[in-house]
Amino acid sequence: MKEKNVIQVKDLTKKFGDFTAVNKITFEVKQGEIFGFLGANGAGKTTAMKMLIGISKPTSGEATVANFDVYTHPEDIKKNIGYMSQKFALYDDLTVRENITFFGGIYGLSKTKIKEKAEALISELNLQEVANELVGSLPLGWKQKIAFSVALLHDPKVVFLDEPTGGVDPITRRQFWEMIYKNAHNGTTIFVTTHYMDEAEYCDRVSIMVNGKIEALDTPKKLKEQFNVENMNDVFLKLARG
Amino acid sequence: MSISLQHISKSFKDVTAVKDISFEVKEGELFGLIGPDGAGKTTIFRILTTLLLADEGTATVANFDVLENYKDIRDNVGYMPGRFSLYQDLTVEENLTFFATIFGTTIEENYDLIKDIYIQIEPFKNRRAGDLSGGMKQKLALSCALIHKPKVLFLDEPTTGVDPVSRKEFWEMLKRLQQKGITILVSTPYMDEAALCDRIALIQDGKILQIDAPKEIVKHYPKSIYNVSANNMYKLIESLNEYQHSYSVYPFGEFIHYTDKRTNFNPEDLRKYLEDKGLKNIIIEPTEATIEDTFMELAK
Repeated sequence: MKEKNVIQVKDLTKKFGDFTAVNKITFEVKQGEIFGFLGANGAGKTTAMKMLIGISKPTSGEATVANFDVYTHPEDIKKNIGYMSQKFALYDDLTVRENITFFGGIYGLSKTKIKEKAEALISELNLQEVANELVGSLPLGWKQKIAFSVALLHDPKVVFLDEPTGGVDPITRRQFWEMIYKNAHNGTTIFVTTHYMDEAEYCDRVSIMVNGKIEALDTPKKLKEQFNVENMNDVFLKLARG
Repeated sequence: MSISLQHISKSFKDVTAVKDISFEVKEGELFGLIGPDGAGKTTIFRILTTLLLADEGTATVANFDVLENYKDIRDNVGYMPGRFSLYQDLTVEENLTFFATIFGTTIEENYDLIKDIYIQIEPFKNRRAGDLSGGMKQKLALSCALIHKPKVLFLDEPTTGVDPVSRKEFWEMLKRLQQKGITILVSTPYMDEAALCDRIALIQDGKILQIDAPKEIVKHYPKSIYNVSANNMYKLIESLNEYQHSYSVYPFGEFIHYTDKRTNFNPEDLRKYLEDKGLKNIIIEPTEATIEDTFMELAK
């Protein structure tokens, strides 16, 4: 099952004027894989991710996501992926249920389907008591778990998570990762960025970007062997500090 | 005492932000408030920097009372809020000059204190603050908070969203400032940074769970922890959660941190159970509790 590539990237490049933000990156991500996309602030992660989710045109190189080309079919990509970020995920001034209905509608689900999905989501996350509360009144950790479920409403092939656990308490952070494992196990591809290096260890494979280039890409175990260190934090420090 | 809080409480409408909090920070100490988003860390900072009145309790900073002597406190503390709060449309140098002037001093007078930090952004001194990268903004904000040579420095989540390399550099800077005699109260959601403080308060839902030196805090952990790993992480978590004797199951890097309900726990029983579940390459070995383990146990 893990043989099909859901993301395929070759020599992908993005330039802003004479500044190269993403410099010929190449990698692929398989179905059901948890792929960690790491790098220091300003290394080019966000720029690369924007190209992959179809909202920024590459300068050169190739990329397909869920079998759609980023140059010619960005709209199809958007329909077939889920996305959540730390900064924006849900509308604070809508209730939990309204958010689900809104995003279900955006993704083109039928009314019956949305209802069905809403009930399933609310019962799975034990949200019965807060389903009609404004999202803004909920703790951050809850919001992030709901946001992740909402990003999966339309059963996307791949979901992009941009620092999904920043500032979240340690217990909820782990519950969040259990959700990630579960969905990956069921065949959803997970593309995730994080600044928590223990979370890097949870990924099947990890890439580390430095100044626009991918300087390392392998399983956490092999990266630690390659750099002869104990943990991913030290791999990161060795690479990014140069 | 450089900072002292006695029975401080604060509510916003029906939300209790902090409840009956007391702690003291010694002069020259690097003290950490460790807790997740919403724990009440920012409320404590705002009360201590005299930007918010507590509902109950008393507090002093640099021996000044937050109510009676709030103006003295403002002259004697530096505050770096969680959100970047400098003037985006002023240049790096203009921001620094502005803050120096407000406090009746000059960049030259206290240059010594900020030199290490400011020197890294000085090449960009004519750039507007809004155009700086995250790491550079952080260094400028710290320079501005230090320019009047405060006795106490308040840093509210200075490293949130910052990559591990910049985080490490930032903590190295804090250690150097501490050596210059400045008391530092810093908050962070990153448990690994807790180990770098002299003492820490673990805080959640407006209450302090524990206060001690990081090394002491982990000693309080009540159970034996085991590192467990196997060929399939998802199945491993699922199997451990289903195990009737499991007390806690938390992913920790490449391992699961596992604790058992029984006092006479024999790892071989667990190994057998996991093998029966079809797991392979099973490793079970004792390990030491971290601050994060302790935090989760207390927060449970």
